[in-house]
Amino acid sequence: MTARFGASRVVVAVAIVVGFVLPFFIHNPYYQQVIVDGYITAIAVYGLNVILGYAGQLSLGHAAFYGIGAYIVALLTTRASMPFWPALAIGCVVTGAFGYAVGALSLRTRGNYFAIFTAAIGVMINIVLTNWQWLTGGNIGIVNIPSAGHIGSISFDDAIPKYELVYVFLLVAIAICTAIRHSLFGRTLLALAGNEDLARAVGIDVTGAKRLAFVVATVLAGLAGGLYATYVGFLGPETTQTDVTFNMLLYAIVGGLGSTAGPIVGTLLLSTLSQFLQSFEKYRMLVFGPALILLVIYLPGGITSAVDRFRSRARSHDRFEAPISSATESKVSS
Amino acid sequence: MLEVRGLTVRYGSADVLSNVDLTIGTGEVVTLLGSNGAGKTTLFCVLSGLVRPSAGTVTFMGEDLARMRAGRIVEHGIAQCPEGRKLFPQLSVEKNLMLGGYVHRRDRRAMKQSFESIIALFPALEAKLGAPAGSLSGGQQQMVAIGRALMARPKLLLLDEPSLGLAPLVLQQTLAAVAAINSTGTMVLLAEQNAYAALAIAHRGYVISDGRIVLEGTAAHLRQNDDVRRAFIGA
Repeated sequence: MTARFGASRVVVAVAIVVGFVLPFFIHNPYYQQVIVDGYITAIAVYGLNVILGYAGQLSLGHAAFYGIGAYIVALLTTRASMPFWPALAIGCVVTGAFGYAVGALSLRTRGNYFAIFTAAIGVMINIVLTNWQWLTGGNIGIVNIPSAGHIGSISFDDAIPKYELVYVFLLVAIAICTAIRHSLFGRTLLALAGNEDLARAVGIDVTGAKRLAFVVATVLAGLAGGLYATYVGFLGPETTQTDVTFNMLLYAIVGGLGSTAGPIVGTLLLSTLSQFLQSFEKYRMLVFGPALILLVIYLPGGITSAVDRFRSRARSHDRFEAPISSATESKVSS
Repeated sequence: MLEVRGLTVRYGSADVLSNVDLTIGTGEVVTLLGSNGAGKTTLFCVLSGLVRPSAGTVTFMGEDLARMRAGRIVEHGIAQCPEGRKLFPQLSVEKNLMLGGYVHRRDRRAMKQSFESIIALFPALEAKLGAPAGSLSGGQQQMVAIGRALMARPKLLLLDEPSLGLAPLVLQQTLAAVAAINSTGTMVLLAEQNAYAALAIAHRGYVISDGRIVLEGTAAHLRQNDDVRRAFIGA
C-alpha cells in the first residue's frame, strides 16, 4: 500500500513537472492558447467543484462571478491604470464579497431554489454588464487590457511566462481544493451534501459552511476571470452567459465531481476536443451529445472515477494474490 | 434537567404533538414508548432544534431551547442519535465520529479524549476506523451513531429507536453501552417500540400515542401495566 501511495505521489510530481516544461516543447501559439484557456477555465471549475462537488449545491451563476473578476481586473487596469497584481487581488476580494452577499440570501434555500436563485443572479449580472455601457463598454466590451507586467527580468508579455503564470495559479487552486477536501471543513461539506438535516442534527453550522464554500467557489471564479482578462486582452459580456456556466458544469461532471483531478481532466479534455472539432461547427454536438450520454450511463462518477475503480480493483487483486504468492514461496523454500 | 411543558407541533391543521409534558431529571434514563407515527421522532426533532414548536416551552438546564438553532443546542449539551442510525455512509468511521465533535472542534485535546473514550466503550470500532461507515454491520453502525453523538460530550443523549433491526445479542450489548453511558452521569431519553428492552434500563417512562402522552410512571409501574404489556410487550 505504501508503495502504491508513493507511486501516486510520483505520478503527481511528474505531472506537475510536465506541466511546467510543456510550453518549451509546444511552440505552436494556437496550441499554447488552447491549453492556457483550459487552465484558466479549470481554475473556475475547481471553484464549482467546491460548491457542487463537495457541498452538493448547484450554482448556475458561476460564469457571472467569473465575469465580475474579469471586469474588475479589466476596468482597474485600463481605466484606473492600476498594476495587474493589486487589480487581481481586488477582483478576488470583491468577487468573494459578492459571493458572500449572494450566498447569505440564497443559501437559506435548498436544492432547486438555490440553483434557480443563482441562475437568476447570473442572468442579471449579464444584463447589467451588457447594458451599463459607459462603464463596461456594453457589447463591444473592454479592449487593450494590459498584461501582468513583469517580475524582475521576467516579462508576462511573452508567451512562456504568461503560460507559467496561469499554471502556477492553477496549481494554487488545486492545492486549495485538496486542502479543503482533507480538512474538517471539507468533511462537513461532504456530510451536508450527503444529508443536510443529519449534518444540522450533529451540530454542524450548515448555512455557515455552505456560505464559506460558496465564497471559496466565487473567489476561484473571480481569480480565473481576472487571469482571463489579462491573458486575452479584451473582454465582452459573453463571458458571463449561462452557456459558459453550463460548459463549466459539463467539464466538472465529465472529469468527476468532487474529485481532485476531475476539473482539470474534464476541462482540458473537453475544451481541447471542442477546439479540434471546430471545423464541424454546430454539428460537433452530434459527437459530444452521444459521448456525454454514454459517459453518464457507464461512468456516472466521471473519468477520474474510472481510474479510482481500476485502482481499487487492483488493490483487491493484490489482497487476494498476496497469500497465494507467499504460500508458493514457502513451498518453494521448503 | 429537561422540562417540556404544553408542547404542540402543528403541520398545517394536523397536530403531530399535542400538549406534551415531559421531564428528565439529573442522571435519569427515561424511555418514550410509542408505535410508528406516535410522535416520538417529532419530539426528538424539537429537542434537537430541527423542528420549531407551535406552542409550549422546552427548557434544558434553565435555557429555552424552543428558538435555539440546532448547532447551539448541541453546544448546550443535547446530542441526538437518530432513528435508523443515519451515518454519513461515504465517510470513514473515524470521520463520522470526528464530525460528531464538530461543536468542540477548536479543543483538539478534548476531541482526542472523547474519541479515546468512545473507542474504549466500543472497542470493536478500532479495527474499522478507516472503513466507510456504510460498509459496517447494523450493530457496528449503531455503535458509530451512538459514538458520534457522544463526541459532542452531551449532558442529555437522545436515542431514537436504537433497537431497530438489531439482533437480540447486539441489542443487549447496545443497551449495556447505554447503561454504561448513563452511569457517567449522562441523561438519556430513549424512544422505543421495544418496551421490554427499553424498560430494562430505564428509570421512568412515558407512553405516547397520536402525539399525546397517555401514560407515565416508573419503569416497574409501566412493566406491570396491562395496556403497555398488550401494546408493546405482547403479553
